Parts: sequence; C-alpha cells; structure tokens
Amino acid sequence: MKLTTQQQEILDGKKGKTYAKIMETLVRYGELFGAEEMAEVTGKYGHLVTSFGLKVIDPVYKLMDELIEAGVVSKQKFTMDPRPLDKNVPSGPIQDLVFYKFMYSEQKRYEKQLEKLGLKSKEGFSCACYFDEQGNRPQKGDILSWAESSAVVYANSVLGARCNRNSGIIELFGSILGCVPKFGLLTDEGRKATWRVEVKTTKLPPAQVLGSAIGMKVMEDVPYVFGLTEYLGKELTPSVCDYLKNFGAATASNGAVGLYHIDGLTPEAAELGESLIAEAAKTYVIDDAEIQRVIDSYPIIWKNADAKPKMCFIGCPHLSKNELLGWIHRIYDGVKESGRKTTTIPTVLTAAPGVLNAIKGSKEEQMAEELHLTLSYICPLMYCDNPLVHSVPIITNSNKLRTYTSCRFYEDDKILEMITGKGRA
Amino acid sequence: MKEFKGRVVIPGQCSATALVSHGGFNTLASYQTSFLTGDKKATCSDQNNPDIYKKPMAGVALCLPQTIGCTTGGMILFTAADYGRQPACMLFANPIDSIGAAGVLLSDIWTDAKMPTIDSLGDEFLSYVKSGMKINVKDGGIVEVLDGED
Repeated sequence: MKLTTQQQEILDGKKGKTYAKIMETLVRYGELFGAEEMAEVTGKYGHLVTSFGLKVIDPVYKLMDELIEAGVVSKQKFTMDPRPLDKNVPSGPIQDLVFYKFMYSEQKRYEKQLEKLGLKSKEGFSCACYFDEQGNRPQKGDILSWAESSAVVYANSVLGARCNRNSGIIELFGSILGCVPKFGLLTDEGRKATWRVEVKTTKLPPAQVLGSAIGMKVMEDVPYVFGLTEYLGKELTPSVCDYLKNFGAATASNGAVGLYHIDGLTPEAAELGESLIAEAAKTYVIDDAEIQRVIDSYPIIWKNADAKPKMCFIGCPHLSKNELLGWIHRIYDGVKESGRKTTTIPTVLTAAPGVLNAIKGSKEEQMAEELHLTLSYICPLMYCDNPLVHSVPIITNSNKLRTYTSCRFYEDDKILEMITGKGRA
Repeated sequence: MKEFKGRVVIPGQCSATALVSHGGFNTLASYQTSFLTGDKKATCSDQNNPDIYKKPMAGVALCLPQTIGCTTGGMILFTAADYGRQPACMLFANPIDSIGAAGVLLSDIWTDAKMPTIDSLGDEFLSYVKSGMKINVKDGGIVEVLDGED
C-alpha cells in the first residue's frame, strides 16, 4: 500500500509503538482487500459498535488501557451503539443481579475509557446515530470509519456516505488515525450492484421481511431494487426513511449487506440509475409467494412454540421520533378499543436518547405513561442475548432481534393486535 | 493425503485436528456462551450451525467458508485469542471477509496468540476436509489434509 509520508512515519514508530501497531493493523487489513492507499476520513464523527461493558471481554479493556496510557486520542469524536442496561426495562431480581453484578459489571469502567479516547457525549448511545436528534448524520460522499451493520448500511444507502462493514476495534483505529484503507464500498466499482432485485408484490412488502429476503439471497453483495417507488414514491420523506432504516437493518443482519440501491429513490440510484448495475448481475424476483415463503422459513426456537408471550420489544434498530409517536398513538387507540387500561404484556419501545428527550413533556409521553409502556434507550439485543432471557417468550417486530436471539418475529399489525388485546397474546 | 494451496493471511505452521463448518461461521454466536461460562475449550454455542454446535473450538483447525454475523466479530475473536481459546489455525475456503480479517489481524498484532490463517483454499477444500481429519499448515499457504489412512 502506498502511504503518505505522515502515515509511513506513524508506521515506522515516530509517534510511538502503539500508534505504529494501530497503523500496522489498518495497513495489513487494507492489503488483504487490495487497497492501494488510505482514504482520509471526512465524516465529522465516528461510530463504534462495542458499547457494552461485558465482564468477559476484559482483553478489550486492557487494549483500551494500552491506548490511553500511550496518549492515544481519537482524531474525531465518536458515538456508540446503545447501552445494554436501563433500570426502566422490566426485569426480575435475579436478572438484575446477573446483569449488573456479573454480565455488564464493567460498564462504568468502559465508558470512562471511551470518554478519554473521544466519546462524543454521554447521550451518544444509539444504533441510529444518524438521527438528527443524535447529531451524527454524515453528508453524501463522506468517508466514514463506522461499525454497527444497520448504521453502516443506512449511511451508505440512504445518505450516500461511504463506509465499509468494519469490525469493532477496526472502526476505532480508523477514527484515531483519521484514515481508512480504500477498498470495497469506498470505491465507485465496489458500489456497483451485482444483484438486480425485482419486487413484484401486490402491495408494499413489510420492510423487515423484504430486507430479510434480500439479505439471505445476496449475502454481502450490493442489490439494486426495482418496484418500490410505486409504493414509496421518489422522495426520502421521514416515513420512507423509516422504511429504509428497517429494510436495511434486515438486509444487514439476515445477510451481510453494506449498501443497497433503490431505483429512483436512494441518492446514487436517483443520480446514476441503472448504470450502477454491474454487467453480470444476477436477478432475484420477489412476489407475494416469496415473501410468505421467507416468513414461513423463520424457525421458532421457543421451548414451547405455543407459549404465551411475556414481553414485547419494538425498536431494533432504535425508533425514530416519527415511529415512536406513531406506535404510541396506535397502541393507545388499540388498548382503548379493547376496553383495557394497559397493554396485555409489558411492552418496551426503544429509541435513541435524543429522541426520548425530544418527546419529553409531550402528550404522547403522557399517553405512554398512562398505558405503562416502557420507553427506553436500551439495546434490546443485549437485553435478550443471554441464557437468562433465552427461555422467556418475547415477541418483536424486528428481524434483527429475531436473528440474534430467541425472540419471535411478527409483523407490525400482528404485534399491535397481540399487545393491545385485539388478538391472542 | 491431499494438498491445497491458498493465500497466506497470517503466516505460520501448525498441526491440528479439523473442525469443519460448511455454513458461515458466526463468531459472536459461536463464542458467546463459552465466554459467559469461562469454558476454556470454547465449546461452540451457535445452535444455527449443526456442523460445529457443542464442539470445542480451542486448538482445532477451523475450516470455514467465511465468517458471518455481527460486526463485533473481530473483537470477539481477538478476545478469544487473548484468553488463549482461539483455534490453532483458521482455514477459509473463500477470500477472507472483513470481519474475519479484523479478528485474525487483531489477534496477531495485539495478542501473543499464534493462529496461522490461510484463505482462498477453494470450494474443493471444504468438500474434501471432514471434522476429525489431521491438518498440517505449512509455509507458502500449503494445507495438507490427512485422511484416516495417512
């Protein structure tokens, strides 16, 4: 790889051994993928995926200490994925003991380390860092050093920024040095679609299922999707962005998609059209039957498939303000129509801290309180992804949460029926 | 015995018993329970991967197409290596993926663990090798697979 004089000096140890190891990591990483040079990180902020102070990842804290002791500071401030703990979220005494004293006992220590390295703010914990309320929204063409698959795919596809699917720690190293190896989704060639996806359904497919279908088919490739503007239009309105957020998270978690193009809608597709499709692109046609086949393929890994759900999580990735207000109104109306005072099961709506702050004092916050809905900044994945919770029958509208935990997936309308008492819960 | 040649990602030599994952290796799902329980054998906890579920991963020649799953994967592999619970070597049939690459590089540069890694061994490698076969990793990306008669 051809380095600038400054980059070469860092690699040679002029800024110390630790900086040299950071540069060596990025150089060798880039060389594996044919990178010939580094690209300057032009996005204002980084975003890190490892937000949890799990006791068992002690080597990560030792690495952080090594960086701090060597005087390493990130060139750019960074935001983080959501926190794993929130006392507002329902849990029993055994869960509390395990969560706070054992599993996530290093949370405070880790957050102190992050502050020293360049954490943007104490409120900067959300997988949807790109919301206006979170303040980490890149511009089109910005080069990023981010991880968190749902954030990367949103930044690339909806915002037109450029970022590879980085691993935890690698993304921090990019923010520290202010450069990342130039390959893959950072290049024009790497952003070309190798799949042509034709949506031929009779109505707008559920975002979480369409994303799942495409993710499982194309894996890490780039899909160019036709047939959605008929339903979504050609403008990136707030509700369209919400759809694309949920769609993208499913493509990234059910597969490994880092970038998608929606014909006539997402910035690069609107600008460059079908010239973004590579010559030998394969084709995948999605009709109503294919959507149903995908839904039917999801395994139910509850011990008792007929178990009565005990909890519901809505908001993985975190809900936007638009989504949060919409869910509160729909749940409120449904509960009242059912003649109930609260939801049938404890229900947690998860959103970014900035979004939760933005609705403070609103009538919707009062409506949520009246129903005993929990509004939380927690990461539902981290709450659910442990042996204590695996045996609890939890339902969700998130395909990402379904993929990584034992939570059972239902579409939005069904979830609404179940938690408001209109259907069996 | 059959010999395969791939690209050297992390240099080194080793001999170990093969553990073969025909599907993508989900690093987080595979290691998470052993981390929580302190299991030094690193017994695989990915119930979606029947090839390796409940089998020890520490010290084996892990044969896989590529890694899949969460972008914490590289950090997880680094953690396993720092604890000394990493595979003896990682042998990728496909070109290495970005999350797997991060994991083996972080392990190599930031820990004392040795985990030779070869990629691009090809589909035939993954068809031929079976769990339990003996593997020798040699210089230059050479991987010897010994069947029971060798």
